[in-house]
Amino acid sequence: MSTMNGMVGKSVKRVEDKRFVTGKGKYTDDIILPLQTYAYFVRSPYAHARIVNVDTGAAIDMPGVLAIYTGKDVEAINGVPCGWQVNFKNGDTMKEPKHPLLVADKVRHVGDAVAMVVAQTREQAKDAAQMVMVDYEELPVVVNAAEAVKPGAPQVHADVPNNICYDWELGNSKAEVDQAMLEAAHITSLEFVNQRMIANAIEPRSYNAFYDEANEKYTLYTSTQDPHLIRLLMSAFVLGIPEHKVRVIGPDVGGGFGSKGDHYAEEALLTWASQKVGRPIKWTAERSESFVSDAQGRDHVTKAEMGFDKEGKILALRVKTYANQGAYLGTFGPAVPTYLYGTLMQGLYTTPKINVDVTGVFTNTTVVDAYRGAGRPEATYLLERLIDLAALEMGMDPADIRFKNFVPPFDGTNQPGYQTQVALLYDSGNYEGVLRKGLSMLGYDDFRKKQQEATRNGKLLGVGFSTYIEACGLAPSAVAGALGARAGLYEMGQVRVQPTGKVTIYTGTHAHGQGHETTFAQVVADRLGIPMADIEIVHGDSDSMAFGMGTYGSRSLAVGGSAIVKSIDKVIEKGKKIAAHKLEANAGDMEFANGKFTVKGTDKSISFGDVALTAYVPHVYPADLEPGLDFTSFYDPTNFTYPFGCHIAVVEVDKETGKVELKRFIAVDDVGNIINPMIVEGQIHGGVAQGIGQALFEGAEFDSNGQLTNASYMDYCMPRADDLPMFETTNQVTPCPHNPLGAKGAGEAGTIGATPAVVNAVIDALWSGGHKVKDIRMPLTSERVWRAMQASVN
Amino acid sequence: MQIRVKVNGVDYTHDVEPRLLLVHYLRDVLRLTGTHIGCDTSICGACTVQVDGNATKSCTLFAVQADGCEITTVEGLSTNGELHALQEGFKEMHGLQCGFCTPGILMTMDEYLKINPNPTEEEIRHGLKGHLCRCTGYQNIVKSVQYAANKLKKEEVPV
Ligand code: FES
Ligand code: FES
Repeated sequence: MSTMNGMVGKSVKRVEDKRFVTGKGKYTDDIILPLQTYAYFVRSPYAHARIVNVDTGAAIDMPGVLAIYTGKDVEAINGVPCGWQVNFKNGDTMKEPKHPLLVADKVRHVGDAVAMVVAQTREQAKDAAQMVMVDYEELPVVVNAAEAVKPGAPQVHADVPNNICYDWELGNSKAEVDQAMLEAAHITSLEFVNQRMIANAIEPRSYNAFYDEANEKYTLYTSTQDPHLIRLLMSAFVLGIPEHKVRVIGPDVGGGFGSKGDHYAEEALLTWASQKVGRPIKWTAERSESFVSDAQGRDHVTKAEMGFDKEGKILALRVKTYANQGAYLGTFGPAVPTYLYGTLMQGLYTTPKINVDVTGVFTNTTVVDAYRGAGRPEATYLLERLIDLAALEMGMDPADIRFKNFVPPFDGTNQPGYQTQVALLYDSGNYEGVLRKGLSMLGYDDFRKKQQEATRNGKLLGVGFSTYIEACGLAPSAVAGALGARAGLYEMGQVRVQPTGKVTIYTGTHAHGQGHETTFAQVVADRLGIPMADIEIVHGDSDSMAFGMGTYGSRSLAVGGSAIVKSIDKVIEKGKKIAAHKLEANAGDMEFANGKFTVKGTDKSISFGDVALTAYVPHVYPADLEPGLDFTSFYDPTNFTYPFGCHIAVVEVDKETGKVELKRFIAVDDVGNIINPMIVEGQIHGGVAQGIGQALFEGAEFDSNGQLTNASYMDYCMPRADDLPMFETTNQVTPCPHNPLGAKGAGEAGTIGATPAVVNAVIDALWSGGHKVKDIRMPLTSERVWRAMQASVN
Repeated sequence: MQIRVKVNGVDYTHDVEPRLLLVHYLRDVLRLTGTHIGCDTSICGACTVQVDGNATKSCTLFAVQADGCEITTVEGLSTNGELHALQEGFKEMHGLQCGFCTPGILMTMDEYLKINPNPTEEEIRHGLKGHLCRCTGYQNIVKSVQYAANKLKKEEVPV
């Protein structure tokens, strides 16, 4: 085992930044290929309508137009597939209607693509698209999941009765939970909406495809989180072209947040059409298109009940959720409200009986899929709202009630993992620890005094807690398979030692802001004892690396990093044999540290660089060894990782206007071992901002006609710099016991923890003024808060 | 229509369609792709450049409106291969993640620090109001700007 050379744990500045701050990043839309052409899509203005006729006659004659494709042209091609399968309670497979590349018969949401125009320039394509005449016959529309399952509701797909994609349950039986509820001294119940969110990465989706006729090979540049997955889905499941004849490149990507994890119809269409047109085709979404065509997130209608004994110990939890899947299934779509939601209902608590029942529903809205956190924020929101509300209702302290219910600390090595009622085995945790730390940062006792004082002065001050857990590091393949994943969820890491001892790392993960080029290099530098400058991290090109599952579910370091570590171990192992041969010693007597192979107990040593050179110039070389020093490993985790933490929000609510001012935000996150604290903190900041965004500002608003009424950056309100305070962040470290880095993942923690903390704080503020409000629908705009206060005048 | 512009110190003359946006001119014609498009409706600030020294959202202007102007894009911010104090600040303080919003913010803040070289945190946050960043939560952007402000102050040689 090598010794560390001290990069891990340091806030090393990011190596990728230079190109970004100088404007030299290469995002997909920055790429202009020779003979570039441009695509523009004709999209449905209606949420539900039969297509009576599509007339492209006038458009095809427009200047510069090269081709126009409609739903009829792609009828023989498969639709974009779903990667996860969820079963009905009775064992039936979920309903999986075709998600066509272009719609031929009827459109099912505003933005459904009806035709694609390809022209010499972007403007020409757009002009011609405006001349494509589509006759629609409008149909009745349903947008709300709980409405869509009612008898007589409009049918989104003819072959999906009551729009039910699946009905699914997990945990203890309903009867067991009912029984436990009978014993409850208090039941807190809440009916609420977890509103639909739009990821809104600032870089719009962008694709550029071309076909190399001489080599019969397709190349697709795509703003994606998972290039290999796109290649696999597109070549094998949609277009039926040989996978080795498709190259998918994810260059720099301007934020993903889940919405760029999907395989989109436009990717396949451009690739397919590039061969027909014989020239490269590029498409970049306009923001208004992104709003109706990017996969969206959340959108649950839920009723939940939590039963307590009179001391405040949780006895049972019952959850019924209608999850809106949108008009079609996204790549991860059905997994999000089931495997990534139902499985988290244990939270940090010892709740003995849990039943969660989820109905997945089709509606006339844009596809719903993973959005940062994906399922886990929804679960956390539910649990943390319930427990805070229970404390208010029972006159208990929200911190005390949590301490009473926490799973006691366990490290997963000396103490076993914690088996939940909902299928997961938590790896390691110290849940009291993060709350304690949070309380002391807040100065809790002092805060309550301030709150009382504020009340006396006619002000509404509130504090909200959220102690969350998430399942990250997607995922042990066998578990994922048992849960319905149609792929393994291992990761690939290749370590290519160059003859001079410089190292190129190929990873199957993909960075779109997470700083892998830095974090991974830190790990490698330490393990190989070489400077970071000697290491390059390569990602995002399906022709360069063996395979990869991509980046989502906070998996890159825990899974992708571990794959690299496995390969490093192999490099060192082989290096020892080479070094032993050179030094005329036994391989078993070699040790590797600080970039040197040394014969144990002697000063005979050889540097890593010399061993690398010997591997490639094997003049003096072990007879039984192959030349070269290059290893590829696949790491399949044995369990998920379980980061957890405590988020605390302090708000002041204006009595007159209902305006919420976020005064403080405290985040104590335990993401296991940390390679680069600066990067982890940055991930938390960004996640927290998005979590606060959901609580206070954001939410997709569909009207009853299925029109997204806030489909612009002007109308869809994301937090801006002056909406947020400085966050107070810190970490606790409970290493992950089952991966070599001890890392748990940090990408989604902020989003998961933040939202309920903020909403709980507002509710607490209102209660402090005598307004016993149970729920306010997010986002908590001044108007909604004000109305809630008016409706509960004390 | 013919336009003449000076971009990052270089003179250009081009025949452009009247409807061509300045941002598309910079990106597609001059291939200066550091200026990004996030919303194409003047809200996100990703496309911000300086037109005659004023931070301007280049998706708001037609290229023809910039005729005769001097334009600086992010590619023109550093001099002699040395990072500008703001660029350095963003790297030092982790003011960027995906980097997509960054060039626009740099161009706005470069102008801003000339107007207000000693901004408070609140003033910086206010100055950032025209920009959306979905990655950072803005905290480290604020710190990056503070870093740059401090550095620029030190660089000023007292007379
Ligand atoms: S692209 Fe110009 S402001 Fe968004
Ligand atoms: S760094 Fe990604 S949008 Fe700002």
